[in-house]
Amino acid sequence: MRIGFFLREAVRATRRSSASSFAALATVLVTMLMLGVFIPIVQATNGAANTVRSRVEVDVYFKANATKADEARVRHKIDQVQHVKRVKFVSKQQALSQQEKTDPAAYRLLGTNPLPDTFQVIPTNPQYVLSIRSALMPNGSPGAFDSSVQTVSNKKTDTKKILQVTNLVTITAAILTVLLVLASVLLIANTIRLSLYSRRREVEVMKLVGATDWFIRWPFVIEGIVVGAAGAALALVVLGVTKVFVLDPLASSWTLISTPKTISFIALIGVLMGAGVLVSAVGSGLSLRRFLRV
Amino acid sequence: MAISSRQRSRTRRRAVTASATPPQAGAAGGSKSAGRGTRSVIEFRDVSKLYAGDVGLEHASFSIGRGEFVFLVGATGSGKSTVMRLLIKELEPTGGHIRVAGHDLTDIGRKKVPYFRRNVGVVFQDFKLLPNRTVYDNVAYALKVTGGTRKEIRAKVPDVLRLTGLSTKLHNLPTQLSGGEQQRVSIARAFVNHPPLLLADEPTGNLDPDTSIDIMRLLYRINRTGTTVVVATHDQAMVDKMRRRVLELSRGRIVRDEAAGRYTRDETTRDLAKRLRAPSTPPPGVE
Repeated sequence: MRIGFFLREAVRATRRSSASSFAALATVLVTMLMLGVFIPIVQATNGAANTVRSRVEVDVYFKANATKADEARVRHKIDQVQHVKRVKFVSKQQALSQQEKTDPAAYRLLGTNPLPDTFQVIPTNPQYVLSIRSALMPNGSPGAFDSSVQTVSNKKTDTKKILQVTNLVTITAAILTVLLVLASVLLIANTIRLSLYSRRREVEVMKLVGATDWFIRWPFVIEGIVVGAAGAALALVVLGVTKVFVLDPLASSWTLISTPKTISFIALIGVLMGAGVLVSAVGSGLSLRRFLRV
Repeated sequence: MAISSRQRSRTRRRAVTASATPPQAGAAGGSKSAGRGTRSVIEFRDVSKLYAGDVGLEHASFSIGRGEFVFLVGATGSGKSTVMRLLIKELEPTGGHIRVAGHDLTDIGRKKVPYFRRNVGVVFQDFKLLPNRTVYDNVAYALKVTGGTRKEIRAKVPDVLRLTGLSTKLHNLPTQLSGGEQQRVSIARAFVNHPPLLLADEPTGNLDPDTSIDIMRLLYRINRTGTTVVVATHDQAMVDKMRRRVLELSRGRIVRDEAAGRYTRDETTRDLAKRLRAPSTPPPGVE
């Protein structure tokens, strides 16, 4: 009976102040869409950065004219270096076929294979990457190690670049989300404030006949939550449609999208609904604290 | 059932009349009735209220016994509304003590105020009805928001609407009613819980004299069920005709506390109305 009363009052109020309710709902919708898009994106970029980081190795690139004999000699030398766990040979053909997968058209255009033969030197422990690198580049020049070696690189620079990109994405997403959450809270607060104003007579009467503080507050809190939850639900519908009709077909034809592990859609529903309800409860609370001194 | 409760309350009222009058002695009544606790429904002891330096009420002491019908008169700004608002704990006194129905108002915590208010019905000049709800819903609303069950609502609301003579207007909206009818709805809402105390702040302020008489008659009828009724008004003619106890306020002080003329406590509502409608002759007992 009481729950029913609160719900009826809340829905009644939402309908009466439909303009401000709609504004709040739209903001919550946009906020939740942003959250719903950025959570998987941030997760995916972080995942990419992590795979690069986990592949800590030193690559030894040969000069284009290096012979099999050169390669055997270098391999023998590398085996002498401390902390080397494994040396993996990647021929230019292998390298080409690997790269072609990511961008077939571009590599077909090239015609010739620009990639050198490579040794991937994997250390026993990632922390030895630098010492192996310096051992393979005495005096800072790879040529001093063996004349057939063109360059020695570790993935440190690559990792750094990827991390920079990831951080940028994360920070941008965080700032946007915070701003949008703030806007949502304020708009919900405004909606509730208007609702309080339009129902001040009812509040007055309720106080007069002895309704308890929370009995007066609940309909307004529920009104806010209804608006917030409706916004989140709409956002989820949009995200769900996008996922089923855009992302899933893409993922099946294009491997890159499916590789990073991201949040499951069920969990996303929970997160977004929770966030929507929380945001609107905070918004309602803000107005009730300021404008409803019961 | 209604009759039996009326009889019961009438006998109780007689008992009070015997011991608690004259009203001036009411302030000391607390010690007199040591056995049953205080008999007065309202007791003001040296109550003051200051508004940011201005005096709202100054050292007011009076007491109103159970079942009394009291007028609170005075010019605008004399403190009538302050008394009313103090009584429902909408305001806190700056000094002194107020007791209502046995509760010291300073002892009632913020969270208990709503429960206290359920014991006090309040009626205002501007009715304070909800414009988008029917007469029935307006009255039922008071029960709903205080946690009344559906069964209770169905039993009590038609009852009180019959008492106030609104049985035929159940489904009208307040805007479709005359001022007098709207005030009846507001009285029905205040009385639906059968509170022991009913406060009316200028209940006839917006109404013509004839309708005012009907409202007074209704308030008297409620008073006869044993409810203490306090009416703030500046309708001097009405006060004179009603011949009930009068508390007069001026600049926050109580300047008069007396029964205006002799009045018969067991006058029927019909007799009262007849007397009120009679052409204005100076009532006996008033100079």
